[in-house]
Amino acid sequence: MAETALIDVKEHNLLAALRGFFKTVLKQEEISAILVPRRLPVTPTVMPTLVTDPKHLDAADPLSPAFPINAAKIVSRLTRRESGGKVAAVMRPCEIRAFVELVKLKQGRTEDLVIIGLDCLGAFSNRDYFQWISEDADACTEKFCSVMLTGDSSGGSRELASACRVCEQPVPAGADITVGLFGVDTAGRIPVTAQSAAGEDLFAKLGLRVGEEPTARRKAIEKLVAERTAARDAMFEATRATVDNLEKLTGYLANCVNCYNCRVACPVCYCRECVFVTDVFDHEPSQYLRWAARKGAVKMPTDTVFYHITRLAHMSTACVGCGQCSNACPNDIPVMELFRTVAHRTQQAFDYRAGRSLDDKPPLAEFKEDEFQEVVGIEA
Amino acid sequence: MSEFEPTIVAFFCNWCTYTAADLAGTSRLSYPHSIKIVRVMCSGMVDPKYVIKALLEGADGVIVSGCNPGDCHYINGNYKARRRIKLLKEILPQFGFEPERLRLTWIAASDGLLLSEIMQEMTEQLRALGPSEARLKMVI
Ligand code: SF4
Ligand code: SF4
Repeated sequence: MAETALIDVKEHNLLAALRGFFKTVLKQEEISAILVPRRLPVTPTVMPTLVTDPKHLDAADPLSPAFPINAAKIVSRLTRRESGGKVAAVMRPCEIRAFVELVKLKQGRTEDLVIIGLDCLGAFSNRDYFQWISEDADACTEKFCSVMLTGDSSGGSRELASACRVCEQPVPAGADITVGLFGVDTAGRIPVTAQSAAGEDLFAKLGLRVGEEPTARRKAIEKLVAERTAARDAMFEATRATVDNLEKLTGYLANCVNCYNCRVACPVCYCRECVFVTDVFDHEPSQYLRWAARKGAVKMPTDTVFYHITRLAHMSTACVGCGQCSNACPNDIPVMELFRTVAHRTQQAFDYRAGRSLDDKPPLAEFKEDEFQEVVGIEA
Repeated sequence: MSEFEPTIVAFFCNWCTYTAADLAGTSRLSYPHSIKIVRVMCSGMVDPKYVIKALLEGADGVIVSGCNPGDCHYINGNYKARRRIKLLKEILPQFGFEPERLRLTWIAASDGLLLSEIMQEMTEQLRALGPSEARLKMVI
């Protein structure tokens, strides 16, 4: 277990080294396709792309700070039934965690899948990304990597997306094969490690040069995780204080227009048809008048706070903190902050961590006979 | 000014608590009239959104009540209900809802008396707490 190899980075070109590695993976007989973030023609947009022809890997860019979609949903589409082939998927840590949740909800399968996870350098919000990116996208990515890995921001840098700034799990747990970047001399060699039986299987065929993971990686991770955890806790505290009564919560959500983009973007909002878009919410016109009459006024569209609290009840135990909700919001509501803050508490209550393991059952999918007695009865 | 009468939305399971409420009625036991009973087939079918909706619409309290552990007509619906109430009790207080506003109890079909006592007691508690914020303010 945990066998490591080293891949050479030639002429300081980290992207080229990774593209070469992906090509080696794709070349394997058993791998039918590789899913990888790739730049699209014409625009600098980066989207998960299913590649069978290695030449398309020359535009692969798994290090770009573009993060337009949580790819867990894509991998779920690719794996929910047998495809007749095996796919290698290059995923961010929060995408892997979301996928683990989807597998437990029977919306994806790990058979015929090899997950390749990279140490995650983070991403920008969509808006920031498009302001930042310029013609030479490779150079942009290189600059971003050097800022993130060496802290050298002389080339000018931008803040990571709000979710990434408080992400304390930037290491790809749950991947079959990991690529290490933190604390690694990325101008020399980067470590590739098999983390599971499926990973080892593929690993053995790749013919890589066996080596050791640089010890500096562990240290760099520890430092980053500590910083991020502190930032996360500060964010929790600030958010709690901003929503601790109903009036404040309504203020927090005041700009919400019930577009439900946050739910569409959420990788773990698992319903095929969300109740909020069913005819349950096609209220009779007379109903609105009754609502208005009761308190003298009702804000339209209605059910905004209801929607958010219900979504918290439905999916917060599965929230992986990817921040796509905030990224998708047209009105800049800090959705991620609210959801992560509440999710932290609901997951703690059930001793559950979203995406941690395929073996932990989702909290609302099981029960024990002898538990939570404190919520029964009318004392205190 | 007359005393504040809290509105309680009560989700009672068909097999135990609702029967107990029936029994309380036929036994001429009294319980506060401001309770709006919703008969559900099982406490395990109360989706969190029913509770949330009731509270946001201005109910001063919500009670979910089912059969005693081991007595669920559908074997384990009440255990599932307990997890959902646990979940809501983690979420709602973060937005200022007091714990008294959401209750879960087990009341057997023969326990009309217990039902009447519990409803009286919950009403007292809510009266002491005063009307819910959702009732007083425009909730969007
Ligand atoms: S908000 Fe609830 S009903 Fe809607 S998709 Fe998410 S989990 Fe399903
Ligand atoms: S994306 Fe923003 S505006 Fe749309 S429903 Fe979510 S919070 Fe509201």
